[in-house]
Amino acid sequence: MSHTIIVGYDGSRGSESALAFAEKQAKASGASLVVAHVLEWSPYSFLTPQELEERHKRRGEELARAEEAILAPAVKRLAKSGIEVTTALKYGNIAEVIIDIAKNEKAEMIVIGRTGHSGLSARLFGSVAGTMAQAAPVPVVIVP
Amino acid sequence: MKTLFKPAALAAAATALLPHAAVAQSFDEKVNAAFASSTGWFVNLIFSPFPGTTFPWIVMWLVIAASVFTLYFGFIQFRAFGHSISLVKGDYSDPNDAGEVSHFQALATALSGTVGLGNIAGVAVAVGIGGPGATFWMVLAGLLGMASKFTECTLGVKYRNEYADGTVSGGPMYYLTKGFAERGLPGGKILAVMFSIFCILGAFGGGNMFQANQAHAQIANVVGDYPGVITGVIFAVIVGMVIMGGLQSIAKVTEKIVPFMGVLYVVTALIIILMNYDKIGWAFGQIFGGAFTGLGVAGGMVGALIQGFKRAAFSNEAGVGSAAIAHSAVKTKEPITEGYVSLLEPFIDTVVICTMTALVIIISGQLVADPATGIYMLDEGANTIKTVGDNKGVALTSAAFSSAFGGFQYVLALAVVLFAFSTMISWSYYGLKAWTYLFGEGKGKEMTFKGIFCVFIVIGASASLGPVIDFSDAAIFAMAVVNIFGLYFLMPIVKRELDSYVARLKSGEIKRFK
Repeated sequence: MSHTIIVGYDGSRGSESALAFAEKQAKASGASLVVAHVLEWSPYSFLTPQELEERHKRRGEELARAEEAILAPAVKRLAKSGIEVTTALKYGNIAEVIIDIAKNEKAEMIVIGRTGHSGLSARLFGSVAGTMAQAAPVPVVIVP
Repeated sequence: MKTLFKPAALAAAATALLPHAAVAQSFDEKVNAAFASSTGWFVNLIFSPFPGTTFPWIVMWLVIAASVFTLYFGFIQFRAFGHSISLVKGDYSDPNDAGEVSHFQALATALSGTVGLGNIAGVAVAVGIGGPGATFWMVLAGLLGMASKFTECTLGVKYRNEYADGTVSGGPMYYLTKGFAERGLPGGKILAVMFSIFCILGAFGGGNMFQANQAHAQIANVVGDYPGVITGVIFAVIVGMVIMGGLQSIAKVTEKIVPFMGVLYVVTALIIILMNYDKIGWAFGQIFGGAFTGLGVAGGMVGALIQGFKRAAFSNEAGVGSAAIAHSAVKTKEPITEGYVSLLEPFIDTVVICTMTALVIIISGQLVADPATGIYMLDEGANTIKTVGDNKGVALTSAAFSSAFGGFQYVLALAVVLFAFSTMISWSYYGLKAWTYLFGEGKGKEMTFKGIFCVFIVIGASASLGPVIDFSDAAIFAMAVVNIFGLYFLMPIVKRELDSYVARLKSGEIKRFK
């Protein structure tokens, strides 16, 4: 039977380590990989009328950029390894969305990196890992 | 004594900073006179009474419309309230649409355009002229107005323009043209053009001059009197930087602060009301008593009613059509859902926030009544109620809040400036949409509108309250004349949407995601 490993990936150094770790695990156990990228988003934020008007357009641009700059290079690199790789690109709260993906994919493990690429990400990391540890239905591996 | 002199000293400092203050003072007067004489005819036309009565026809127009929509949609504002809350919470939002404009965001943006000085200064004007009884009529108008908002915002989403580049534009100008065409009715285009003209005037009036005027009044109230033109120029420069210079970051900051100011305002009002809990019963007695007798205010019961209805309409803009512009950017497959969400707007704006202001003014005892008869005393030569410190407009609200919390006038001044600013940004957008509908899109045309908009900020801050408030009301109500006329013809379309949606909600075809 096939296993699935979810790896949270945002292009940062920490997430590179997570990806490398997940790749090794997947190779060893014959699992498939889901590379997940989440664009931080709250439906309860406040926007100006101008931003409302352009939101749909901006969303398209943001998705295209994330696909091109973050997910595509990761998939390209994994292609050599022979692992079955799919991607997931979503908006929302990082921890909640990754947990949702794990549930939907019936994943056996979630792998995330330890630090983002800025102080802000580092601060956010606390809440992401915290929420994951509390709420994830499967084991979570935090890669340093 | 020291504190007494402080405002005067500040005013002197301000005068010293501006060598031409004397000239500016007369500039204020000139602007005032020119403005009053050039807009008088328009104001008279909109507010002319029914022959033989003192009742302005426009007030009746709004109330009848709101009542018709309330009956036609079977008291939708009460039936749908729970479902509206679920929609705003996102219970029915598809998670795959995350990143698009949510119901909450559309509502919050529309609210930041309506919650503003109408809630702080407008209510004080209403209570100052119409007495506590005006509050009763204001709340009633707010409740009825929920049905008007429901109708116009559903249409706003249904007939919005979605462009190839992914941006959207909506509002009465679009539903009047497309909706009328769909029903095979003539004249949609003419109505849309008329609406656009009035919307531009409304943007200059209530969405701009009234805001600038009252923001200046509040600042002057705190630091001492100085020429309005100074406030006007400062405001014009900052607003200009946002709308012309593309400094969206300033607007973004305001958008985030304004909701918190709103919450702070309501919480403070609640605290003041609770501190005077022994007077709550009395205050409601005044509101109900005044609603039907007037308690001696000029014009009696009708005076209270007119003031209440007028200020409610001005504050929540139900039936005016402006909100339909802001709400139409939401991501939804069902236009009616935005109608549901939008009906919360007059509720929050009028039934909650305006009522808080009114209660605080009444409970803090700002209105002077004859102790023997309980009848309100009128100012000599004017038809406003005598107040403790001879305050009117925003100064009255400020005095009422400060009587409970010394120093609150500073917080209120900040709130007023921020509310004024966010309302101006919203209305500059509404006005611009109407402008581009009339003249087409293009950098030069848009800049022309934005430039004129900034000039009106200076005029608004310089002119006195009377003529500004008259013109602001008249322009906004003129929008309602056209919009509501159109809504009567388009309401069967909304009804069809509603029936279909309710049926699918019952059958389970409309899924709940949370």
